[in-house]
Amino acid sequence: MLCTLLLSISALGWQGCSDKSAETGDLPILGERQLVQREVDGQQVTDTVYHRIPDFAFINQDSQVVTSLTVQDKVYVTDFFFTTCPTICPKMKSQMLRVYEEFKDEPRLMLLSHTIDPKHDTVAVLRDYADRLQVSSDKWHFVTGEKDSIYSIAMQYMVTALEDEEEPGGFVHSGAFVLVDQNRHVRGIYDGTDPAQVDRLIRDIPALLPKKKKKKDADKN
Amino acid sequence: MRIKTKLLPLAGGIAALLTLTQCFTDKQNEGERLYTQYCANCHMDDGSGLRNLIPPLAGADYLVNHRDDLACIIQHGQTGNIVVNGKNYNQGMPAFEHLNKGQITNILNYVQTNFGNSNPRFSIQEVEKQLFKCRHLLEQ
Repeated sequence: MLCTLLLSISALGWQGCSDKSAETGDLPILGERQLVQREVDGQQVTDTVYHRIPDFAFINQDSQVVTSLTVQDKVYVTDFFFTTCPTICPKMKSQMLRVYEEFKDEPRLMLLSHTIDPKHDTVAVLRDYADRLQVSSDKWHFVTGEKDSIYSIAMQYMVTALEDEEEPGGFVHSGAFVLVDQNRHVRGIYDGTDPAQVDRLIRDIPALLPKKKKKKDADKN
Repeated sequence: MRIKTKLLPLAGGIAALLTLTQCFTDKQNEGERLYTQYCANCHMDDGSGLRNLIPPLAGADYLVNHRDDLACIIQHGQTGNIVVNGKNYNQGMPAFEHLNKGQITNILNYVQTNFGNSNPRFSIQEVEKQLFKCRHLLEQ
C-alpha cells in the first residue's frame, strides 16, 4: 500500500517534469486564455481561446519578407538579441546553434531571431552575422523591422526587451528561447543561456512534430 | 602538557601553510572568476569562441603573435578586422576600463594557461608596461 502510494507520488512528480511531457507530446499552451461561451444546437458550449502570436511582418538577412505565412504549419523557436550585445547574446547564439545543428534536416522546424536594435542591425549587418555563424537562411531567419513592432511582438512571446541606457550595450532583454507550434501557440519558454534548458528544448521539439512514419502507416490502412 | 607544546608549532605550521595555499588558490580563482564574468559570454567557457563571429582563445596564435597588445585590448577593447589562426574576425570587443592591472594579469594568466594553452605567464610589471603604452586612451 505504502509502496503504491510512493509510486503514485513519484509518478506525479515525474509528470511535473518536462521529460515526461516531451515523451507524451503534452506541452502546455502558455499565456492567457479566455473561455468563450457559445450555443450549438441549443446547448451551451464553452470554448477555450488560447493566447496566439498575432500576424507579423519583418525583413530577414536576405531582404526577404518574413511573415506569419513563412512559419505557417511550422514549429519555430524564436529569440531576441542584437549583434553588438556584449553580454548574453553570444552564449544564446551558441546554444541556438545546437538547436540548428540538431534539426538541420527537419524542414518543419524554423528558427527566428529578432534584433532589438534595428537602428544598427540592418539587413547587411544581419547578413554578415548569419554568414559568420555559417547558417542557412532557409532555416534560420535573422529579422529586423520597425522597432515598435519588434518590441510589441516580444511581449506577445512573453519575452522582456527594452531599451535601457544603463545596461551594457544599451538594451535589456531576456535570454529566452520561445517554442511556438503550428498554430502559433507558445508551448515552452527556455533559458537560452543554460545548456540544460536547451537540452530540454531539443527533447521537447519532436513532441510537436507529428511522426511521419505513423502517418504513412495510417494512410496505408 | 609536553605533547601539547610539541604539537603547537606543528599546528601553527599547518595553519600557516593552509592560509598560504588558500591565498594562492584564491589568486588562481580570481583569473577564472573574472574570465567567467567578463569574457566567457563571448569567448565561451572553454575559450572556443563562436564560429566566424568571435575568435577563439583556445589555441589562438593571436595570443602569441600579439602578446604585447593583450593588456590594452582587455582594458580598451578592440574594433576592426583581426586575423586569428588564419581566419578573419570583425566583431568589436568591449572595453573593460574598470579592471585594474592585477585583475588584467590574472585574466591573462588564466587564458594563457587554460583551454589547452601553455603560453608564458604575465607578470604584473609586464602588464603595467603594456598599459602604459595605451594610457592615452583612458583620457579620451
